[in-house]
Amino acid sequence: MNEVNETQPTESVHGRTFGAPIMEMKNITMRFGGVIAIQDISFDILEGEIRAIIGPNGAGKSSMLNVINGFYHPQEGEIWFGGKKRSPMKPYQIAYQGIARTFQNIALFKGMSTLDNIMTGRFTHMKKGIVSQAIWKGAAEKEEYENREIVEKVIDFLEIQSIRKTEVGKLPYGLQKRVELGRALAAEPKLLLLDEPMAGMNVEEKEDMSRFILDVNDEFGTTVALIEHDMGVVMDIADRVVVMDYGKKIGDDTPENILKNQAVIDAYLGVAHE
Amino acid sequence: MEKTSEPFNGYYTIPKLLERNADIYSTYPAYREKEYGIWQTWTWAQSLEEVTALANGLIAMGLKEGENVAIVGRNRPALYWSFIAAQMVGAVPVPVYNDAVGDEIAYVLEHCSAKFAIVGDQEQCDKLLEIKDKLPALTEIIYLDPRGLRKYDHSNLHAYKDVQKIGRENAQSQIETLDKRLNNQTENTTCVMLYTSGTTGKPKGVVLTYKNVLSASKAASEFDNLKHTDEILAYLPMAWVGDFIFANGQALWVGFCVNCPESPETMQGDLKEIGPTYFFSPPRIFETMLTTITIRMEDASNLKKKLFSFFMSHAKKVGNDILDGKNVGIADRIKYAVGDFLIYKPLKNSLGLSRVRVGYTAGEAIGPEIFDFYRSLGINLKQLYGQTEAGVFVTLQPDKEVRADTVGVACPGVELKIGESGEVFYRSDSSFECYYKNPEGTASTKDKDGWVATGDAGFIEEDSGHLRIIDRAKDVGKMADGSLFAPKYVENKLKFYPNILEAVIFGNNKSHSCAFINIDLAAVGNWAERNNISYSSYQELAGHPDVVRQIQDHIEEVNISLSSDAMLSGCQIHRFLILHKELDADDGEMTRTRKVRRRIIEDKYSDLIEALYSNKTQVSTETEVTYEDGRKGSISATLELRDAEVVTEKVKAA
Repeated sequence: MNEVNETQPTESVHGRTFGAPIMEMKNITMRFGGVIAIQDISFDILEGEIRAIIGPNGAGKSSMLNVINGFYHPQEGEIWFGGKKRSPMKPYQIAYQGIARTFQNIALFKGMSTLDNIMTGRFTHMKKGIVSQAIWKGAAEKEEYENREIVEKVIDFLEIQSIRKTEVGKLPYGLQKRVELGRALAAEPKLLLLDEPMAGMNVEEKEDMSRFILDVNDEFGTTVALIEHDMGVVMDIADRVVVMDYGKKIGDDTPENILKNQAVIDAYLGVAHE
Repeated sequence: MEKTSEPFNGYYTIPKLLERNADIYSTYPAYREKEYGIWQTWTWAQSLEEVTALANGLIAMGLKEGENVAIVGRNRPALYWSFIAAQMVGAVPVPVYNDAVGDEIAYVLEHCSAKFAIVGDQEQCDKLLEIKDKLPALTEIIYLDPRGLRKYDHSNLHAYKDVQKIGRENAQSQIETLDKRLNNQTENTTCVMLYTSGTTGKPKGVVLTYKNVLSASKAASEFDNLKHTDEILAYLPMAWVGDFIFANGQALWVGFCVNCPESPETMQGDLKEIGPTYFFSPPRIFETMLTTITIRMEDASNLKKKLFSFFMSHAKKVGNDILDGKNVGIADRIKYAVGDFLIYKPLKNSLGLSRVRVGYTAGEAIGPEIFDFYRSLGINLKQLYGQTEAGVFVTLQPDKEVRADTVGVACPGVELKIGESGEVFYRSDSSFECYYKNPEGTASTKDKDGWVATGDAGFIEEDSGHLRIIDRAKDVGKMADGSLFAPKYVENKLKFYPNILEAVIFGNNKSHSCAFINIDLAAVGNWAERNNISYSSYQELAGHPDVVRQIQDHIEEVNISLSSDAMLSGCQIHRFLILHKELDADDGEMTRTRKVRRRIIEDKYSDLIEALYSNKTQVSTETEVTYEDGRKGSISATLELRDAEVVTEKVKAA
């Protein structure tokens, strides 16, 4: 019934080899009332790879990301992260585990500067309590400096020095997306989730963003899982691709093979009804 | 013979000056760069250590005396050290414009057959790797910023830090080699080779010796009494002679501090943080700053607007005289002081110019109104006239003798003469040695007595002794009726309007002159925003009827002001069009220092010029454009041709 392609590549198209699975989704099913958003889906994310989840509108991609992120709790199935089975958690607990994300609709603090926004990404690394923060001198100050240094490296990496002190709400869309990526990077995540990082961007901004995603993966060795509409971008940067349609997995392969997969072509271009 | 090293007190090479500075100014800041949001400082002693390590590394990698080292990148201390390190080992640094496209870089690197290239980052690396097939001589590429380069083939690629590490490891065993190479150098050793962007033809490699560079640096530093506590912001292209003389020649000679901005986009903010005391900039930067101020004032509240225009008109009246130390009444002085407190000081501070002791503009003529604007604020902005072949300085304006229409008196040590055709010639110790591998070019520019032709037409004012430049000698022409045609002069008048970014005037041997206009997208875009005019591209905005009308008004105002000058009345603009694209260095229409290349534009847009000299009111055209990455495309447009009103003698008489 389901044309599921179960080939499991051990090596990426770019000739890279990856480590053990950092995350495994086993038979996940997610229902909202009577609607089945995700139906019995299994796949894994290997350490150090760029893993894409694609599919037409309403395929269940964002739901999938929300499951990984811990925002939704699936009714059925298991999630394994870092070799351990994960019990239902709050999103902030997931963040402490080393998973950071960006949002499809930018979710920044519009009235705060770029710097402060990215600084918030460091909250999982800030240990000092309210008393110490209020006294400031000494431990809290030292912690702030250490974290600021990491944030500055992120700013340098994303080449946004010129907007360091600019209010985020005043920035153009493409730059806001970049700031959001910066905030996620500042958390120094083990797994970085990107929800449609290229949505609404022009070609040049897309090229820049692709470059940054590849550089993040290359420089910091961060594992990336991304949802994306733009097939061109996905095929260029992803190592392996999961394709979803109507809550089901219809393909899981390298970009080259995905493009040849008949089920995927049908889902994207539509099939003639008899 | 014993005189050879005397004028420079024995410090007749740049590496020797670095050693001197590390000795006498050891703890003073030599270089600063903003990185990770913080200004990092290197003292002279630290800089010497960094440079020596790199020099040793280069020797270990096989760099020989007399070989050329290409340097490509934006202003960073490490790249400035590369200059001195190359000089230390007896090689010649050849800086290349970092925004140049592949072919331009290929030409320079091939022409100088550079064996080593030191580059800023991946972008520059990619450019070089792309053209590597054309450059058999290039064997090693050294890069500064490793980002994105991890997966590259590293057989010829080396990290800057690694080269320094090799250098430190080999420092002991190479002491003698390095000393020998340093001592082999005399003041006649080549110090640097700078490729002129040139408004015509292929770039020429200008060879400057230590004597050239140091006599220019010394003369100009003494002229303005520069001290080792001065500060400059190094943000202009490193391949440009101005940056080389200021940030290498003068910085080493005087021992002042060179500050590098964090990135090109943050320059304005960094300028404000550093507050340089010695500032140099082409007119373009001053124009842009003024445009920004004008735009921001238009968006400001009514009270602020009124205060601004009230005090600015007062500054216009007395500011210049106060700066020149002339007699100004006490009431005016008090009013100026109030204005200084309320407007001028905050304005200067936000521009980053509040500490400027000596400021220069050069490269092109500056609009008198723009020049006076800055001077009236109390900024000691002066003009100088120079070129690569002269090691920058030909003439300079002394304090208190500053005027917008002259370029000052001969720099100490420079002789001036005006040729029969009106062309300006100079002779000095700082005049270039030769063009690299181009004896004909050298001979046609520099005669056997050492006089160098500037290619500019000008004259020396009898009463003040100041030099006045009219225009490029080859651009100055005659109208059909025999009156003078000086396009640059007219273009500069037009460019003073914030709405006009660039103008090109045609009319040599014609009965009347016509103009191409580029609008300033920042200024006109802001105007459009305020008036709820939507537009999707430069082209669309440039064709908007209201924009065309505004430009027409500007042109007619210029015509009126031209008509008052008997000599230039014939240059009034009869017809004009607004170009459908911005003139761009990538398309070869401008030089990298943003001077228009008249001949190329004439050629490329010959159909438009023809249309201007016909009776048509519209013209359709298609133009090839080059994108930043070298790809080509084309844009087509239909342009409106407009007549502008001119003031004729008859009308004036009536």
